Amino acid sequence: MSEEKCVDIDYVSNLARIELSSQERNKFQSQLGEVLKYFEKLQKVDVEGVEPTAHAFPRFNVWDQDEVQPGLSAEQALQNAPKQRSQQVVVPKVVEE
Amino acid sequence: MESSLLTSATAAELINLLKGGSVSSVEITQAFIQRIQAVDQKVHAFLHLDEEDMINQAKSSDQRRAQGKSFGQLDGIPVGLKDVISAEGQPLTAASKILENYISPYDATVTRKLKEAGAVIGGRLNLDEFAMGSSTENSAYGPTRNPWNLDCVPGGSSGGSSAAVAAREIPLSLGSDTGGSIRQPASLCGVVGMKPTYGMVSRYGLAAFASSLDQIGPFAQTVEDAALLLEIISGHDPLDSTSYPSNVPSYSNELKVPLEPCKLGLPQEFFGEGMDEEVRKSIDLVIEFYKSKGFEMIELSLPTTDLSIPVYYVIATAEASSNLARYDGIRYTSRSERATNAIDVYAKSRGEGFGEEVKRRCILGAYALSSGYYDAYYLRAQKTRTLIRKDFDQAFKQVDAILTPTSPTPAFKFGDKSEDPISMYLSDIYTISTNLAGLPGISVPCGFSQSGLPIGMQLIGQALNESKLLSIAHVYDQEHKYGRKAPSL
Repeated sequence: MSEEKCVDIDYVSNLARIELSSQERNKFQSQLGEVLKYFEKLQKVDVEGVEPTAHAFPRFNVWDQDEVQPGLSAEQALQNAPKQRSQQVVVPKVVEE
Repeated sequence: MESSLLTSATAAELINLLKGGSVSSVEITQAFIQRIQAVDQKVHAFLHLDEEDMINQAKSSDQRRAQGKSFGQLDGIPVGLKDVISAEGQPLTAASKILENYISPYDATVTRKLKEAGAVIGGRLNLDEFAMGSSTENSAYGPTRNPWNLDCVPGGSSGGSSAAVAAREIPLSLGSDTGGSIRQPASLCGVVGMKPTYGMVSRYGLAAFASSLDQIGPFAQTVEDAALLLEIISGHDPLDSTSYPSNVPSYSNELKVPLEPCKLGLPQEFFGEGMDEEVRKSIDLVIEFYKSKGFEMIELSLPTTDLSIPVYYVIATAEASSNLARYDGIRYTSRSERATNAIDVYAKSRGEGFGEEVKRRCILGAYALSSGYYDAYYLRAQKTRTLIRKDFDQAFKQVDAILTPTSPTPAFKFGDKSEDPISMYLSDIYTISTNLAGLPGISVPCGFSQSGLPIGMQLIGQALNESKLLSIAHVYDQEHKYGRKAPSL
């Protein structure tokens, strides 16, 4: 892994859907390299046969009754939407002509 | 009654005053509002304060009391919320520009429980943006200052919650702890702060950072007050499928039962290099105190300690990058004016709305989860997390709780670590493994440095046994009461 310390910052920031300024881009490039170098410690741990922990106290199959419960009204649910019309969120066009 | 007497009182003392009828909730609430007006320009613990709403809540509490219909112990006592905990009709910014105009449409479960207990919900408390940081320097609305020395950080991420209690602006507050975000600021501000067992307190209505690590918990001047607040917010919640179905005892009543001396573990890995000498001396005195009370000290080893920070930062950033995908500029966050297409809405809104540390962590997390790296980073971190848990399982076969410092140093100065992510990450070295193992941990003030900065000790307990942990902490706290000392502001 150690040759991989250089992060393709444009690729990853696109994956994360975060636009970076060129200043941030340069700063993160070197800082993330440093952090990844620090993460290298993990590559030396013997985890052969060890189960991963997703939660400290795993709980499975938490079911709810399939019943209608009171919830937010459309107005409440949309009260923080940056653009809306007729109880719907307005977004830029997402399909090509 | 003089208002400074009210603001310096513990919640337990205020409860007695209310019961005795010598003071009203309105008088208490007004005293704290005046205190906030007097000192918060210096401290900047609060991002928002709805004074009218607080007074109205206090009036309702006084009316209930007059009719003999008080809801419970905390009826009429003000409680501040970290600005990631929803309260209906109140702002929730998470100290981020992206949520600048957000108003919570519903109550978090902890907020609902506090309301049902009659507490006066008061104020939104500052933090590192989305709880990512250890100093509150990452708040988009300016840092909180340490009430003991305004040139120093209050710790973080719940720095507003700890500083407000330390500055006597609020008797109780709630924070959230993902890798130490309650305990470290409690230590740096000289107050009590507790992270419960993962699953003891519902996360419903908490703006998520790293879901498998986040827990809400109390800040107070004393262990007794922390117990009072914890017993109200704890308990199973069907709205949080990770919440634990267990009965919540009355922690505050259990503190009254004398504790038999028990065994405390001292993990050698925590007492190595990097610990400040003054912190070491304070902890040595704590050890002597417990010995004098008949407690047995057992040196033990947690061999995976040095892996906890890399494991934490892989898991926490991966979960954060996934959790924070919801702040997309579409549904409830501000939207970039420059966005012309759908992808632009995401990337530009997030680029404009997120601060530097949040961007850094989301990008790091996206990298750790990305194709080709998932096994090497995220999966490997989760497997190493299992080894960390097993270390603690072994330790708790020998001891009832583990004693460590909370932070390697007292509060540091602004700017000292903010340009070096790894050095900032290392300030959480003693607190992080507790979250990875899901265990309860409490920070209790245990002295001051020569320059007058608070020092805290941490006790880590067995899962789901907050009663014992609180009792062990109370043995120390009731005789020392360092959290009762107030800074001069």
